[in-house]
Amino acid sequence: MSTMTDPPKADFRLSMLINDTRYRSLTFQVIAAIVIALSIWYLGNNLIQNLRAAGLNISYSFLGDSSGYDINQRLIEYDSQSSHGRAAVVGILNTLLVAFLACITATVFGVIAGVLRLSNNWLVSKLMAVYVEIFRNIPVLIWIIIIFTIMTAVLPAPRAFRGDAATSSMLFDAFAFTNRGVYIPRPEFANGLFGATILNWLLVIVVLIGSWFASHEIEKRATLKQEETGERPKTFLVKLAVWLVPFALLMLIMGLTWDIPALKGFNFSGGIKVGGPLIALWFALSIYTGAFIAENVRAGIQAINKGQTEAAAALGLRPGRIMNLVVLPQALRVIIPPLISQYLNITKNSSLAIAVGYADITATLGGITLNQTGRAIECVLLLMLFYLTASLLISMAMNIYNASVKLKER
Amino acid sequence: MSDQTTNPIAFVAEGTIPPSPPPANEVGVVKWLRENLFSGVTNTILTVLSLVLIYILLKNTLPWILNGVWNANSLAECREILDGKTGACFAVLTERWPQLIYGFKYPADAYWRPNLAFVLMLVALAPVLFFDLPRKMLLFTAVYPFVAFWLIWGGTILVPLVALVGFIAAGAVFQKLGNNSFAAGFFGAIVTALVIWNVGGALIPESASENAWLTAVPSRDLGGFMLNMMLGVTCVSLSVPLGIALALGRQSNMPLIKWVCVIFIEFIRGVPLITLLFVASVMLAYFFPPDSTVDLFLRVVIMITMFSAAYIAEVIRGGLAALPRGQYEAADSLGLDYPQAMRLIILPQALKISIPGIVNVAVGLFKDTTLVSVISMFDLVGMIRGPILASTEWNGVYWELLGFAALLFFVVCYGISQYSQWLERRLATDHR
Repeated sequence: MSTMTDPPKADFRLSMLINDTRYRSLTFQVIAAIVIALSIWYLGNNLIQNLRAAGLNISYSFLGDSSGYDINQRLIEYDSQSSHGRAAVVGILNTLLVAFLACITATVFGVIAGVLRLSNNWLVSKLMAVYVEIFRNIPVLIWIIIIFTIMTAVLPAPRAFRGDAATSSMLFDAFAFTNRGVYIPRPEFANGLFGATILNWLLVIVVLIGSWFASHEIEKRATLKQEETGERPKTFLVKLAVWLVPFALLMLIMGLTWDIPALKGFNFSGGIKVGGPLIALWFALSIYTGAFIAENVRAGIQAINKGQTEAAAALGLRPGRIMNLVVLPQALRVIIPPLISQYLNITKNSSLAIAVGYADITATLGGITLNQTGRAIECVLLLMLFYLTASLLISMAMNIYNASVKLKER
Repeated sequence: MSDQTTNPIAFVAEGTIPPSPPPANEVGVVKWLRENLFSGVTNTILTVLSLVLIYILLKNTLPWILNGVWNANSLAECREILDGKTGACFAVLTERWPQLIYGFKYPADAYWRPNLAFVLMLVALAPVLFFDLPRKMLLFTAVYPFVAFWLIWGGTILVPLVALVGFIAAGAVFQKLGNNSFAAGFFGAIVTALVIWNVGGALIPESASENAWLTAVPSRDLGGFMLNMMLGVTCVSLSVPLGIALALGRQSNMPLIKWVCVIFIEFIRGVPLITLLFVASVMLAYFFPPDSTVDLFLRVVIMITMFSAAYIAEVIRGGLAALPRGQYEAADSLGLDYPQAMRLIILPQALKISIPGIVNVAVGLFKDTTLVSVISMFDLVGMIRGPILASTEWNGVYWELLGFAALLFFVVCYGISQYSQWLERRLATDHR
């Protein structure tokens, strides 16, 4: 390469800008930059003129104004006197809540359906195939509306629970399914260690995480022992104790009681009310996305070469250990990336909440706030910013995971 | 040994003994049942559970469907006919059929126009979907968008005609200049088309729409399943070329082009379609020139096209990445320039790999067209939730309507995915 002489610079001709590969990409990029700049100028100019004509300006001060509307489903304190900004935060928390719940249940549905679809049982595998095809090929919006209709039009009204001739009764005397929502018992601590409820719950979570670490440590010790002696100690009972004993003790100390919903007047009171829209959205997203996850799981398991299973069997591993030590670690590498992008889809599809009136970020900031204040541009931009941040965080997690499980070759 | 030679032989087999039939539980239905349904305790439990599930489902739905009432004018009349028995009220489908399919404002005497457009669409799609058909049919496919536009929107025929002439002239210019330099042909074609459209648009008289053969129908009168089909077909066909361009741009080694494409794709993929539809309904109007009115249908088409183009671009990028490096190098060593290499060598292979993914995006996009009901366009779901369920006659007929919508979407989407599987088998050129 170094022996090639540079062409003399003197005879630069204008046609070289388009015909010479050294300059061509530069030419194109300059043209592209000009086109982009022109279109941005054109759109921006239109925007400014339109805003001036409508007497508007871009300002985010409306976020501090009192919102004037109520939100039924909320995780933090909020009333109609609170600001639009706080309404948006309530919406964000609601989005995260339904996305989190739906991710868990969708994974459960998907894994069960995906594994059962590979079952030897002809009837079961066909049934799962029908489930997957039906749910994948019908829009999720229709599923959300169907389940919302079940929640509001089919379930009995609270008054059906009243009197001696009640037509409906509570499940286990603790759960009430009504068309105004589902009422479930609320755990309460009679003598919590901290004043604030949230700190008590935090303590519970800390204890559970501690148990997880402890049981992990027990597994590791067992593996070490096995490597030394060839005998694997039985760990199941010890692990069970590590999980249950601290938890039960904590509950005993804090005095766990259940606040059970009861019919008072025209409605139920007490317990936790889970609104119909939340359940409709949660359940619809779960079964819809579950069908997609089922396909990912099936593909992941089928992607593992049969030779792997046979080799493990030839080494003398039992079926359970073959699954745990050979098949699953490889299958997970195939399953997890699409699984995470399904989680991303759940988060984005949760914006359909607006169709059933669940107060997520799209319904608060992009719905009521937008209509009340008329601040279309600001609201839509903030909305996009939120979803973009969430998506980028999730895909970052995915990239980190992918890098950590990548096949390490050579 | 000696025993055998001295004693007379008692028995000699004179032929082969015919094989005895396999035991009864190893043949036919019984064997199949034993192997596939009752091979073990767990399997038997699963089978019984599935049977119970199927029984419950059928017991609850079959009488409802079979007892269905198909002729009535309102829910009350339906209930009278049923007289306390369980049964569906499918009469809502027959009575509101035009509304479900065409929306509630499309002129009734013009229903033949979308019907004809739909039939012609099948004809136009045929040569694209099945390449055994004569290639000449593609000519009709090229003309179809203009025919369909004229049929559905009506008005003067001059508008689609001018658009068509613009495209034909652009094609001719590209043929002439594109032989020497792709860029020259490309930009020449764009300029030609713009000139013809502007000149032609100015020449169409204002009164042309009034005495047209087909009465003009404004976009806001479109609705029902027709709207879903129109959005789906238009946006998919527009987003494939845009997606290819974005995918190539993302692979480009010009940093500016590459980063513009990356930012566009990642931004679109990061936000839900609903927010983009909000942009279409409340925000996009701010970016058009102050005195122009761009109707909602066009704004929605723009946003959905951008949305699906970003996803298709990612699918095609996967196809491009799957091609061995040698293909690119081979194209270079043959002396092909970039457009030639892409058109003749890279894209045909990359697109073949991407077909299943593109079809997946198309199915997803078609399902997502129902979201337009959120920004108060009356597509199938919008019609059901709005005018039909809110009417006094049909207030409360949920399952028949929602079931019908679900069935329509299922038939179309399942059909497309079956086609894609057929195409994959058809295109498989490797020997297995």
